[in-house]
Amino acid sequence: MTATLHDHPHPNMTHADVTRDVVATLQTPSRGYYLALFTAIGLFLVGAVTFLALLKDGLGLAGYTPPAFWSVYITTFVFWVGIGHAGTLISAILFLFRSPWRTAVYRSTEAMTVFAVMTAGLFPIIHIGRQWIFYWLLPYPNQRWLWPNFKSPLIWDVFAISTYLTVSTTFLVVGLVPDIAAVRDKMTGWRKKLYSTLSIGWTGADSQWRHYSRGYLYLAALATPLVLSVHSVVSWDFAMSIIPGWHGTIFAPYFVAGAIYSGIGMVLTLVIPLRKVLKIEHMITEYHFDNLAKLTLLTGSILFYAYAMEYFVGWYSSNIFEQTTFWRRAFGPSWWSGWTMIICNAFVSQLLWFKKIRTNLTSLFVISIFINIGMWFERYVIITSSLANDFLPFAWGQMNPTWADWGILVGSFGWFGMYFLLFARTFPVVAIQEIKEMIPMPRRKKGAH
Amino acid sequence: MARMMSGVLGAFKYEDAAVDAIKGLKAKGYKDLTVYSAAPNHHIEEALDQPVSWVRAFTLIGGLTGCAAGFGMTLWMSYDWPLMVGGKPIGAIPPYVVLGFELTILYGALSTVAGVIILSAMKSLKGRPFKPEFSDDTIGIFVPCPPDQRGSVRKFLEDVGSDEVSEHGS
Repeated sequence: MTATLHDHPHPNMTHADVTRDVVATLQTPSRGYYLALFTAIGLFLVGAVTFLALLKDGLGLAGYTPPAFWSVYITTFVFWVGIGHAGTLISAILFLFRSPWRTAVYRSTEAMTVFAVMTAGLFPIIHIGRQWIFYWLLPYPNQRWLWPNFKSPLIWDVFAISTYLTVSTTFLVVGLVPDIAAVRDKMTGWRKKLYSTLSIGWTGADSQWRHYSRGYLYLAALATPLVLSVHSVVSWDFAMSIIPGWHGTIFAPYFVAGAIYSGIGMVLTLVIPLRKVLKIEHMITEYHFDNLAKLTLLTGSILFYAYAMEYFVGWYSSNIFEQTTFWRRAFGPSWWSGWTMIICNAFVSQLLWFKKIRTNLTSLFVISIFINIGMWFERYVIITSSLANDFLPFAWGQMNPTWADWGILVGSFGWFGMYFLLFARTFPVVAIQEIKEMIPMPRRKKGAH
Repeated sequence: MARMMSGVLGAFKYEDAAVDAIKGLKAKGYKDLTVYSAAPNHHIEEALDQPVSWVRAFTLIGGLTGCAAGFGMTLWMSYDWPLMVGGKPIGAIPPYVVLGFELTILYGALSTVAGVIILSAMKSLKGRPFKPEFSDDTIGIFVPCPPDQRGSVRKFLEDVGSDEVSEHGS
C-alpha cells in the first residue's frame, strides 16, 4: 500500500530498537566512511593551499574581469547559503506543520544546514581581498568613530547570516541534548564520559521535558520567519541595485524557493548514500524520499515559474538593458551556463511528477546531482551575466574563472564534507527522541487511554 | 556525590500503568514526583497536569530586547556619525527593519535556550535516583517519601503494574 503523509513511518519498531539502531551508527565506521572522509580532507587541503596563495598574491589570481568583480566566490557563497535552507525548513517549518516524515531526516539536514552556512560564511571573507581586516564588517567602536552603513544590503547580510548560523546551530544543539543522553546511557569508558559532559545533566525528567518542549516549539516559531528572511536578504544584495537582471521584486521569493530546492537536492545527495553506509535503511525509507521528492517538485515548479516570469518581465519592461541581459543569458557567449540552469532546475525537477521516479533512489540521486549543478549555475548566471553585461557595451567583459576560483570551490566541498562526516560519526544522525515520540509505547489495556 | 533522597523508584514498560501510577500517587497526596521518559509523552503530561512553562516569558522579553537593540543600535550609530547615504534620511527606518528583525530572532532564540536551562535547573534533581533504561524504553517514577512510607508506596507501585520497584535513601 502507498504510504501517505499520515501513515506511521516506523510501524514495526520499538523504542529499544530505535536506540539500538541509532547507537550502532556510532560504532566503528566502515572503509567507505574513511575513504569519503579522507577525500573530503584532501579537497579541503586543495582549498586551503589556494587560499594561502590568495593571501600571498591577492585576488588577482582569481578570474575577475572588469566590470564583473563578483564571480565564483559570491556564486559559491549564495550556493552554500541556499543549501543551508532545507535544514531549517524541515526541522522548524515542518515541525510546526506536524509533518511526521520529517523526524527521520531532520537531524542530518539540520547538521547540513549548520555546516553549509559555516562554509558560506568563509566566502565573503575570501572575497573581500584583505581577509585580515574582515572584522571591519562588524559594528565595533574604533578610533575614528566610524560605523557600518546600515542602509547597505551587504551589512543586512552580515547580520542575517550570522543570526542564521547562530540560531540554526542552537536549534541543532538543543535537539541533540536528549539524544546525546540516550547515547551516553549505552556507552562505556571514555565515550560515556564524553557524552555525559555533552548531555549537560539531561535525564528526561518531566521538569526538563516541560520546559524543553515549549522552548523547542518557540525556537521553531522563531526559526520559521528567519529561514524565509535570510535568503530574501541575500537576494536583496542583488535586487537593491539597479543592475539589469537583478532589480526585480520577484527576487526574494525566487531566491527562497531556489534555496529550499537546492537544499533538498543536497539532502538527497547526502542521505541516500549515508543511510546505506550507516545501515539505517529501515529508518529512512521510501516514504521519506517520496515526501522529499514532492517538496523538490514543488520548489522546482516555483523556480520554473520564476524563470519564466524573469524572462517575461525582461521582455515586457521594454527596457533595452533588461531585454539585452536576458537575451544574452540564453543566446550570448555564456549560453551554456544559462541553459544548464534552466534544464537542471526547471525541467529535470518535472520528472518528479512520476511516482516511479520519486521512489527510485538511483534516479533520485542522479536528479539530486543535477539539482546541485543547476543551482550553482543559477547563481553563476545571475551574478556574472548581469555584471559582465551592464549598461555600456564598450565596458563589457566576459568572466574567465581560473584555478584560484576552482580551487576554492573544490575546497569548500571538502570543508563541508569533512564536518558533515565527522558529525555523522560522533552524533546521532537520526533524532532518537522524536522518532520515539511517534512510536506509541506498549499498553496493557489495548486501545484504552 | 549528592546524598540519596529517601523515596521509591518504579520502572514501567507500559505507558498506561505509569499513567495510572501518577494519577494514583497524586490522589494519595504525593506531589513532588519525578517522572523520567525517553521522549515527551502527552499522556504523562496530562496525568501530571503541570502549568504551562514560563519559557515563553524569556522568548518574549528576549525578542523585544533584540528588536529594541536592533533599532537602537542602527539609529544611534547613524546619528553618532551623521553621513548622508543614497539621499536617504540619516536615521532611515525602513532599511533598519531588517536589522531590527534579525536581532529580534537572535535575542529571542538565545533567551529561549537560556530560559529552558534556567527553568530546568530550578528544580534540582540531585539525590533523585536515575536508571539508564529511562532514556531507552522505560518510564521511571520516583516518589520522594519518608522512610516509614516507603513500604506502602512500594506496594502501590507494584499493584499498579510497575515492572521493577526499588527503595532509596537512608
